[in-house]
Formats: sequence, structure tokens, C-alpha cells
Amino acid sequence: MSTKINVAPHAALSLLKRDLSLSLTRGGGPLLAVGFYLTLMAMIPLSLGSDSTTLSRVAPGLTWLSLALASLLSLERLFERDYEDGLFDILRLGPLPMEVIALLKCLAQWLGTGLMLAVLTPFVMIILGAPVDAAFISLIGAILGSLSFAIIGGIGASLSLGTRKGGVLIALLVLPFYVPPVIFGAGLMQAYLTGAPITQALSLLCAYALFALALGPIAMGAALKSALS
Amino acid sequence: MITWLANPERFTRVFAPIRPYIGGLAAVLFAWGLYLCFASPEDYQQGDTVRIMYLHVPAAWMAMMVYLIMGIASFFGLIFRHALADAAAKAAAPIGAVFTALALITGSLWGKPMWGTWWEWDGRMTSVLVLFLFYIGYIALHASIDDEVRAAKSTAILALVGLVNLPVIKFSVDWWNTLHQGASVVRMDGPTIAPEMLWPLLVMTAAFHALFVWLWLVRIDAEIITRRYRTLRARLSFQ
Amino acid sequence: MSLSVTLDKISLKKGYNLLISNLNLEVGSGDAISLTGQNGVGKTTLLRAIAGFFSPQTGKISAFDDHGLIDPIRFRTEFIHYLGHHDALSPTRTTEQELRFQAQYLNANENNYQFAVQYLNLSPLLDLETRLLSAGQKRRVSLARLLIAPRRLWLLDEPMSPLDAHQRDLAARLMQDHLSDGGIIIAAVHDPLPFETRIVHLTRPDLKAQEAALVD
Repeated sequence: MSTKINVAPHAALSLLKRDLSLSLTRGGGPLLAVGFYLTLMAMIPLSLGSDSTTLSRVAPGLTWLSLALASLLSLERLFERDYEDGLFDILRLGPLPMEVIALLKCLAQWLGTGLMLAVLTPFVMIILGAPVDAAFISLIGAILGSLSFAIIGGIGASLSLGTRKGGVLIALLVLPFYVPPVIFGAGLMQAYLTGAPITQALSLLCAYALFALALGPIAMGAALKSALS
Repeated sequence: MITWLANPERFTRVFAPIRPYIGGLAAVLFAWGLYLCFASPEDYQQGDTVRIMYLHVPAAWMAMMVYLIMGIASFFGLIFRHALADAAAKAAAPIGAVFTALALITGSLWGKPMWGTWWEWDGRMTSVLVLFLFYIGYIALHASIDDEVRAAKSTAILALVGLVNLPVIKFSVDWWNTLHQGASVVRMDGPTIAPEMLWPLLVMTAAFHALFVWLWLVRIDAEIITRRYRTLRARLSFQ
Repeated sequence: MSLSVTLDKISLKKGYNLLISNLNLEVGSGDAISLTGQNGVGKTTLLRAIAGFFSPQTGKISAFDDHGLIDPIRFRTEFIHYLGHHDALSPTRTTEQELRFQAQYLNANENNYQFAVQYLNLSPLLDLETRLLSAGQKRRVSLARLLIAPRRLWLLDEPMSPLDAHQRDLAARLMQDHLSDGGIIIAAVHDPLPFETRIVHLTRPDLKAQEAALVD
């Protein structure tokens, strides 16, 4: 038993390192999601007109919607490749439980893409007409939101593993669960911009991220185990 | 009792003879309920439109109840590996989806004369819409996984994650509603409901329940038979 | 330290299909088992069940060492190597990156790593991305895992199939060394392994058993 405690952090670290390097390089890495995010942002004024009062009114909501959609993109690759390559068979014979493996993979993917999107979010909002002083709060919100998206998305990715319907199915499964963070996140920006207190929206956003962190690994672990049996 | 019935063969043997009576009961209740719907007086405020409610309210209740049933069946299928529970959850999904769609459509039909709009983005309707999306996702996932046992497991996990999430989503939608709602819409839940309106509602609710149980039993049975056929057919290819 | 693995009347299902019914098997240190049988009879499924990837429908798989029964989770995470059809190599990473990762993840030491590279003559492959390797080379790279992290029970699914004659000799020597060290090998094969093994031939359960299994 005592050896196990020594071994596990080592294994966890090596898995995190491997997946992080893969999420940064494989299939164009974060470039794909970032490009998609920026393209969506560019489409917003093109579809709504460049009138700055309209834009600044809808900017927070549309930015959050774009963030949610861009977060979907990398989910298909999250487990699929390692599942097809047979890597999960090695991972299961190692010291980490499936729940931890799944969580680490989600976190690596999030660090590789979700966090990049979060860092871009303040700039997107400012370009769409939000005031510069909203940058910090929108960054915090986007970090929490993209983390929730990554983990809830991981549940969808693990459930649809091996179906070869990939992206569309994951989007269908996952988007309803993206409703709360989108509402809380857009609400946070709304509150900040109208001068209302932001603590409620911020704590709800935090709570949902924690909820995802608690629920996600259990669901992903069960789904992966069933996919690998 | 549940364990005893969890054997698919025993289940078929026990319920096959009862099933036609349940179907008959549903038919009788619907005939009675629909008669009461049209015999009941008009609402002083809603006029004839109130009759939509006798369909809408039971459909909305069933939409939620069927999802709850799916969640419970999924739980039993996942934890105790009861093959029948998997079949029960799978069989309930399309029925629930239809009830949910019915609730949305009748709600929309009722909303037009009452609110002057086909769709009001209020908390309740939005949550029911999300529930409908859950059903669609569940059915799509089941259809996408070839291995039946894996499909049952994955959809069971999805159903449970959905069940845990529904209150959260409902809460978030209500919270969003308080942020965005300007003028309040007409709410249908008055303080009291007149007894001549309560009766058709009760009978229709009972009719919906009977209809659900009947359809559910038929679909579970079909599921068991299909499974049996497929397995034996696959074995026959191996002579 | 001896190891023995007992399969006690196990039945395995894939989907709702019963593949293996009431199988008994006992293996001890130094044993090599060849699992034979038609395609689709359940060889891979049996190996995966022994690896602990899922639990059998009925029956028990247990392992014992000198101290008695081994905890199933410890058995899975410390005693078993499973080599499947896929080589578990990520195409965009180099052979060295992948092997180093496996070594770290399975907590192997540096000496074993160097020994494996030398034994299987992998040094010319180390800096290549794994997508550039041939099927035989990939299999050789995955065999390295067996040496990098020493484990007692090897579950091998068609270990020889992509290898050429020379490499088969190498792999056979590797396996024989493992057996003489007191290890156990259970391999699913079409052609028997090139050394003395016990053959377990799998057949489909009959229709009656198949139908009876439907109600569980």
C-alpha cells in the first residue's frame, strides 16, 4: 500500500505532461479552437451590424456562446485517439484509477485549449465594445466557465467513445449541460456592466465548476470503464 | 419483488396477460376524459382555450415523470446489472420524448391566444425544452452505440448525469428569468381550481398514466424479444 | 516468489452474447498457455477479463502469491502486462518519448529501460515518430514494455503476428526467459508459440447455455 502512494503522483505527472504536449501539438493543437473562436467573433458584427450600442449590449452573451461552441471542438480528440491506439489498456494497468486518468486528460486538454480561449475572451469582449475595465472580471469568468465546459464536455466525449459520430453527437449530448455556465457567465458580465453586484453570479459560476469537478470524474470513469470492457 | 421480476422471462409471463386490460383502461379513460374536457364549462378568463390545459398539464407531468422513471431504471441497470432495467429505460425514452413534445406544442398553442405569442421564454417552458433535448440526446446516444450492453451503460450514465443536472439547469433558467423578465406574463396557476375543471384534469391524468404504462410494457416486451432473437441468431452463425 | 492464477467456472459475455461458459483454468509460475479457437470465440475477451478490465458474468478469477490471495486491484495494477492488437503508440510522438512515458507511468527504473532498448535493438528507432514505424517495428516497441516494467503475468494477444522470422526468435527468447524467471504467459494465438505450451482450446457454448444466459 505504501508503495502506491509513492508511485501515483509520478504516474499522474507523467500522464499530465504527455497529454499536455499532445494537446498542444496534435491536430494543430489550440490553433483550431482559437481560430474558430475568433472567426465566430468576427461573424458577430457582420451578422448584427456594426452599430456599437447594439454590439456592446449583446457582446457578453455572444462571447459566452462562442466560448461554449469553441470548447466543443477539441472534445472529439480528447479520448478517441488513445482509445483507438489502445493506450487506455496500459493506463488501466498502472497505479491511477480511471476517474483520475479521465480528470487528468480533461485538465491537460483544458490547459492546452480552454485556457487559451479564456485568455482571449477579454480581448474579444473589448473588441465587441465592452469597456476595458471589464477585462479582469471577464477573464476570471471565462477561466471558470471554460473549466466547466472542459469537464462536462469530457463526460460527453467519454459517453460517445467509439461511436464514430464524434462531434455532432457530443455537441447534442453536452450543450444542454452548458446552459448553466453560459447563463451565469453572461449574467456575470451583465451585472458588472450594469453596475449590479457580481458576487452572486460569480459564486454560482464557481459552484458549477466545482459541481463539474465532482460529478465529471465519476461519470467519465464509469463511461470509460464500460467502453473498455 | 423487483429482483424477482427482473428476470425478463418471468416479467413477460406476468405482464403479457395483464397488458390488454391496461390498454383497454387507457382507452376508456381517454374517452371519458375527452368527454369531460368538452362538457366542462368555459373558463371565465381563458374561455375555450382552457381545454388545451387538460392535455397540456398531464403531458407536462408525464414528461417529467417518465424521465424520473428512466433515471431510476438506469440506476438499477447500472448498479445491479439488471438486463430488464436497461430495457425498461430504453423503452421509456421515446414515449417520454413524445409527451415532452406534446407538452411543448400544446403550451405553444395555448400561449398564442393567452399571451399573444407562440413562445414565451419563461423559465418553465425553457426548462421543458431542455428536458426535450435530454430525451433527444439519450435516444441519439443509444442509437449510436452498436454494442447493446455498452449502449445501455452509457445511456444510463447519461440519464443519471441528466437527472442530477436537471435541478441545476432549472435553477439557472429561473435565475436567468429573474434577470431578463420585464413585464410578467399571465400565470396559469390560480389560487384555486374549480371542481368542474379538476375532474377532467384528473381523468386525463389517469388516462395518460394508463397509456404510458401500456406503451411501456409493449415496448419492454418488444425489446426483450429483439434481444433474444439477435443473440440466438448470432449463435447460429457459429456452427 | 510464486504466483498462481485460478479461473473458477467463469462465464463471459460480450454484449448479450455468451462467449465463454463455465471455464476452469489454473496456471502457476513458469506456465505458458496458448489459447486457441475460431475467430470470435472469445480469446481476446478472456484475456481482457483476466486483466481485470471487466468482471465475469459468473465465476471468479483469483490470484495467489506466497502470502495468499492478492487483492484484485493490486493484481491488476502491479502484476499484469496486457499486449493487445493495438500498440498504444501515439503517432506524432517519438519512440523514445512513448517508452519514457510508459516507464515513468509504470514506475520503472532507468536500468530496465536501457536493458529493454538494448535487448530489442530499439536504439535506431528511438528518435523516430511512431507513425513512421512498420507494423513489426511497432510490435517490437510494445514488447519493450514487458522488460521495462517487470511484471509476473503476461497476457499477449497474437504477439507474433506482425513479426518476421528473426524477430519471432527474439520474441520467443524473451518469453522463455520470462518463464524461466517464474513468470506466467497466457497468449491468444492462431499458430502455436515456438516452444512448449499448454494448449487451451476455446469453443462456443451450446445454444441451450446461450439461451439460459439471456435471462441473467
